[in-house]
Amino acid sequence: MTELQTKPAPEKVPSAGGKTKGASFKSGGRKRESRGSLAFSRSARIKALAKHAVLILTGGIMIYPLLWMVVSSLRPNDLIFREPGLWLNSLEMGNYVDGWSALTHPFGHYMLNSAVVVIGSILGNLISCSMAAYAFARLQFSGKKLFFGVMLLTIMLPFHVIIVPQYILFSQIGWVNTFWPLIVPKLLATDAFFVFLMVQFIRGIPKELDEAARIDGAGHPRIFLRVILPLMVPALATTTIFTFIWTWNDFFGALIYLTDPEMFTVPVALRAFVDSQSATSWGSLFAMSIVSLLPVFLVFLFGQRFLIKGIATTGIK
Amino acid sequence: MSAISELSSISRRKGPATPEEKRANRRDNKAAYIFLLPWLIGLVAITVGPMIMSLYLSFTDYNLLQPPEWVGLDNFTRMLGDARLHNSLRVTFTYVLVGVPLQLAVALLIALVLDKGLRGLPFYRSIFYLPSLLGGSVAVAILWKQIFGTSGLVNQVLAMFGITGPGWISDPSTSLGSIILLHVWTFGSPMIIFLAGLRQIPNMYYEAAEVDGATTLQKFWRITLPMLSPIIFFNLVLQIIGSFQSFTQAFIVSGGNGGPSDSTMFFTLYLYQKGFGQFDMGYASAMAWFLLVIIGAFTAINFIASKYWVFYDD
Repeated sequence: MTELQTKPAPEKVPSAGGKTKGASFKSGGRKRESRGSLAFSRSARIKALAKHAVLILTGGIMIYPLLWMVVSSLRPNDLIFREPGLWLNSLEMGNYVDGWSALTHPFGHYMLNSAVVVIGSILGNLISCSMAAYAFARLQFSGKKLFFGVMLLTIMLPFHVIIVPQYILFSQIGWVNTFWPLIVPKLLATDAFFVFLMVQFIRGIPKELDEAARIDGAGHPRIFLRVILPLMVPALATTTIFTFIWTWNDFFGALIYLTDPEMFTVPVALRAFVDSQSATSWGSLFAMSIVSLLPVFLVFLFGQRFLIKGIATTGIK
Repeated sequence: MSAISELSSISRRKGPATPEEKRANRRDNKAAYIFLLPWLIGLVAITVGPMIMSLYLSFTDYNLLQPPEWVGLDNFTRMLGDARLHNSLRVTFTYVLVGVPLQLAVALLIALVLDKGLRGLPFYRSIFYLPSLLGGSVAVAILWKQIFGTSGLVNQVLAMFGITGPGWISDPSTSLGSIILLHVWTFGSPMIIFLAGLRQIPNMYYEAAEVDGATTLQKFWRITLPMLSPIIFFNLVLQIIGSFQSFTQAFIVSGGNGGPSDSTMFFTLYLYQKGFGQFDMGYASAMAWFLLVIIGAFTAINFIASKYWVFYDD
């Protein structure tokens, strides 16, 4: 039973169809094992042990820098360049106090700016992408194939090809140093990846539900709002979480459009911090880095299921 | 499963519309375009429009202040003689051609170890996945800058063994390596795609192979790898496209200048400097289109090569 319990979320993916295969595979393995000799199970146990050793070692090495960063942010400054261990002799909150007010505005100001951009982007993606996805997944219209192909191609389009004219456009309408250049594209479903994700999801919803609503006299807006949208909450959750993390981490867009410290989001504020600091304030730099990673970490903790499902179905970064 | 397979299947899906479908077409057109309206506006105003505009600008000299001036192929001939640009291509190619295969190899390796119903799998998976969520952030780039600094964490650990490490980031021969390592560190998301792919392989193949007395290695080469090849291909295409556009890490680690001595001057970094440092918008547009062509060429080569090594089960 334990083996079944360890099976992860990707198997709940609607399109995967791997659930039964996975399950039969596991139970088959178990049967063989229980029938096997004592020697067999011992070698299997050694093999599992070796696997755990490999995983713990690699996992440990991977996570160590992050743990060390957290510990270092709680240490006196000079220790950062002398102490590779994770031992904490005393809890030093000074780095956080210093870092919080090291820039022209308190760090909370930048977090608030980031929050505004993040919320705007999430709302924009949820509304515009779900509408486009409904059309692609459920409606028949001329040019559908072409548009759908174009939409898939834009997922792979490098951002740099459009950034120069986009900058010119937004600067001409006076949007530099506002949040609009970061939010408005999301309101226009330019994160085509999410359109694709939602199309995939809607295709898995039984068409009979739409038809039943149609017979009851519902039009497309009603079917979309009352039938499809409530059923695609998992896809909306995945979109929300990815948009949150990507927007919170977005550096390039903010670097180009936000040059006034008043408008800085967290990544550009951190960058200004790196540039301004001398070698003496690594502690507070670390402290603010931790603060900036905290929201992403929390989203990861609580939204992991949706993240992993989203990656497994659509395969993104 | 993926955007890529979807794209290649569009051209295959053909057939004349039935009368019923035609009637349905007429009925949905208006509603469809209303639902698509935001996306269509975005496509024209944010994507295709700027693309055409940047193609035009690539043939001009434009500094944002004076109107663009047509210079023909000047920007492209300038690129031919621009040694810094050639260097930035070398840096980017090294990053992509070393970083992507290395990252995918680690992802596959860990996915294989994780696969067979190991106890504690969700925990391990979280640990391995976390870095790929944080890896794109400025905060982690800052951490990297410290870790691989002259008296950073790596050298502190090496010192415990009596080794004096170089200043990884300040030494031009190792600085790019440190950034490649950061890319490898984020192997979690391709790993999850591999894990999902491994579960799709029917177990009967392995059972049959076992009956025939196949070794673990044989099973890997003859079953796992061919069956997983579409997923490997998919990861490869996506990671290559993404890595060519990598920017934040090199920017933060090098302090924005691609140093030391241009050893971390990624193509995108140079593009940023030209466009948004020197406001040489015409040249930056030409570079952007060149990048698009490179990425397109790599993707095309990938697709052509895939005919020889990617195995489709259907």
